Amino acid sequence: MKVKSPLEIYKYLPKTNCAECGYDTCMSFAANIIERKVKPADCPFMLEEKFKDKLMELEDLTSPEIKEVVIGVGKNAVTIGGDDVLFRHDLTFFNPTALAYDVWDTMPLDKLEERINTIKSYTKFYVGNFINLDMIAVRCVSNDPLRFKEVAEKAAETGLPLILVSFSPEVLRAALESIGNKRPLIYAATEENWQEIARLAKEFEVPVVLYSKDLATLQSLAVTFSEMGIQDLVLDPGTEPVGKGLQETFKRVIQLRRAAIEGGNKKVAYPIMVVPMTAWLIESDKLSTTYWETVVASVFIVKYADIMILHSLEPYEVMPLVILKTNIYTDPRKPVAVEGGLRTINSPDENSPVFITTNFALTYYTVESDLVSAGVDCYLLVIDTEGLGVEVSVAGGKLTASVIKETIEKEKVTEKINHNSIILPGLAARLQGELEMETGMKVLVGPVDSGRIPGWLEENWPPK
Amino acid sequence: MGEEKNSIQDLLEFFRKLNVKELHNVEIEGDIEIEVDLQQTPIFELMRAIGYELGMAGYHLMNASKMLGYPVEVFFQPPQVAEVPVQVEKEVSVLSELIREKFEEPKVEYPGVIEEIVIGATKADGGTRSNVVKVGGEKSLPFYYFDALMPNTPKVTIDVFDMPITLAKAVREHYQDVMEDPGDWAKKAVKEYNADMITIHLISTDPLLKDTSAKEACKAVEDVLQAVKVPIVIGGSGNPEKDPEVLERAAEVAEGERCLIASASLNMDWERIAKAAKEHGHVILSWTQMDINNQKTLNRYLLNKIGYPRDSIIMDPTTAALGYGLDYAYTNMERIRLSGLKGDKDLAFPMSSGTTNAWGAREAWMTGSPIEGDSDWGPREYRGPIWEVITGLTLALAGGDLFMMMHPGAVAVFKEICQALYGEKDIRLDNIEQWITLEVEE
Repeated sequence: MKVKSPLEIYKYLPKTNCAECGYDTCMSFAANIIERKVKPADCPFMLEEKFKDKLMELEDLTSPEIKEVVIGVGKNAVTIGGDDVLFRHDLTFFNPTALAYDVWDTMPLDKLEERINTIKSYTKFYVGNFINLDMIAVRCVSNDPLRFKEVAEKAAETGLPLILVSFSPEVLRAALESIGNKRPLIYAATEENWQEIARLAKEFEVPVVLYSKDLATLQSLAVTFSEMGIQDLVLDPGTEPVGKGLQETFKRVIQLRRAAIEGGNKKVAYPIMVVPMTAWLIESDKLSTTYWETVVASVFIVKYADIMILHSLEPYEVMPLVILKTNIYTDPRKPVAVEGGLRTINSPDENSPVFITTNFALTYYTVESDLVSAGVDCYLLVIDTEGLGVEVSVAGGKLTASVIKETIEKEKVTEKINHNSIILPGLAARLQGELEMETGMKVLVGPVDSGRIPGWLEENWPPK
Repeated sequence: MGEEKNSIQDLLEFFRKLNVKELHNVEIEGDIEIEVDLQQTPIFELMRAIGYELGMAGYHLMNASKMLGYPVEVFFQPPQVAEVPVQVEKEVSVLSELIREKFEEPKVEYPGVIEEIVIGATKADGGTRSNVVKVGGEKSLPFYYFDALMPNTPKVTIDVFDMPITLAKAVREHYQDVMEDPGDWAKKAVKEYNADMITIHLISTDPLLKDTSAKEACKAVEDVLQAVKVPIVIGGSGNPEKDPEVLERAAEVAEGERCLIASASLNMDWERIAKAAKEHGHVILSWTQMDINNQKTLNRYLLNKIGYPRDSIIMDPTTAALGYGLDYAYTNMERIRLSGLKGDKDLAFPMSSGTTNAWGAREAWMTGSPIEGDSDWGPREYRGPIWEVITGLTLALAGGDLFMMMHPGAVAVFKEICQALYGEKDIRLDNIEQWITLEVEE
């Protein structure tokens, strides 16, 4: 954003310190705008007519360096772009890389439906949430506008945002006339077809990808489109999947983003698209190509791609990529901890086991979801280890016998059970003796991975 | 395409000989008609178009009008513009020519330079290695060759243990036949799996395992030095009481070979380890638990209290697996590297990553998801290696220089992607736009 200090924002605010925004003072609100935790419009007064001009000015001053572009409509709409920094520790990255998976219009109908369904239904549980896939990219192979339109309609039924892929304006138009109101992203305007594509973008008010391997041409396209009043742009600098081509692709992506954020070149301050599926142009076997597409995608999830088009739906490719993007786009400023305390899982009674874990969010949600999924009736005693996992908190003295004892007493655990025993995580086995001494309870050592709790219970529960 | 038949050997073979061929049956989309056809453009639409252009710079208007073949003057008459029907919803004017721009390539120069560290000693330097391995020496962020050439690609050292250990199935099957003998294990890792270096972990010394004496354990070091001629890393068991003694002895046994001693850590008698490593001419691994300030502290101790030479320190800021804290590891390493490049000499050393940690992630080794609602995880023999590759690759992009790895397929893919980003692969694929019309065989 253009402003760097809360003071610069403060002067636009009402200065009433009314606290209706949830912050005590307007200065505090301003500081949180700098950190992009709130927006100017979150101040109720700024929405009043008399502040209209100030709000507009402030929104301009505080808008992110990289333009945010919305693709799709409704609850599945995806926002891409919006970054302000080159390194996540300087703030955080915003809007995780959107992953679009391809279908094409010459697929047999049954394969097409199966593939669309796989994309639509993919879920991976991670840190308390289910991650899904973001979009479908519909490619025109037939060069038949009608056929393309029909396949696009089918993909649109999922409610997922679409990317319509063809260099042919006629083909794109056919689909847009049917589903243009769903705000698909159209791919792509080039040095050859840009006028016709610009017409479509304006007529249907849809975001558009500009494509060129030459960054000067790409910037020329961006300036020209912007000049025509088309601001919802995405830049594709071309993805060469191998060798020196890949090396140069890396350079183009880095340079585009650096120019926009550090070099102040607003002309290219748009989201970047990378197409790892170009790996499928390499003649090879399926496994090798899938691996290669995965590593190419990984490079650009780490380095600045805001949206990408992928082909392989093999779970061993999809899963690491969705987790990588979640990791890289996790806000490093937020503590990843849940509250300590005693939780009930399913329907425990006085005979149910009590498991101990830490309050590191990843640890907690993994254990909790494992227990819920396996239908284990139990208590889960969450120890406040200041957000550290089991192994680290044992080593760092945050998970100790005395801390566990305190929590047991505070939560009155022994009043809820009749067996006077408690189960340590396998990675905290070394606390067993001391914990028995401190609490007088029977202390069992559970498995190293909570996924193995059901099997462990069969052999070890009830305690002998 | 017969996915099931693919062995890891096929994969290795593929990445060794990555060969790009022309595709067939793919038509290139292009040469699309872009001229505006005046015959098909209704006159009122043109009017509206030009009217809109009035709000823009004059030359755009001129261009747009000329393109359409109309005399410009006609459209400078405000009354006519005002009469354009407003009920038409869509605005479809476009410029007639591309506004030509130049893209200025940013260039970043840092004041600092990362130390280049040589591991291993050949005969000329009093050792018995056939080659040395160099890491570090960067003046830019990793693979930012457009800022400054990266002098060395990331290197891989494969883990070998001095006793059979529990390994994920996908890893174990590649080492099952050699796990009884660290020398054979090391030989296989170098000859068949292309390791740049070997790490021998003396884990049997752990009092909770075999509690092997330092003297006894160091026979494995000698075995490995005999078995392979690449430079080696010597690691302890991680036991803070035992490691100082074990690594002191190992440093003595391997004198002259310029090994990497892994490691000096604040939670043990680092001074004893570092002194021994220095005395016998080794490189020291400065290991901290994901904390840039502790890393700086330990490095300063090594430099100032021990007088460790700057050309003999490598850092291990700790590696967490993909999905299990990789974001912390990434950012920690990235911050350390940026600090080094910006001139903090206490942090200007190459970095090592214990990438094998990736196998701790349940997604890498479990047969399937224990969580209801998860989509199928796919076969674990493919999942595990990719987990190791991505963990390593992400940290290579943060500035990692040396990677401790295990799965041969992961090593091959990791090296391949690093070499491509480094520019070592002089191949290129033309007509990449063909992906748009590609019919992928399933």
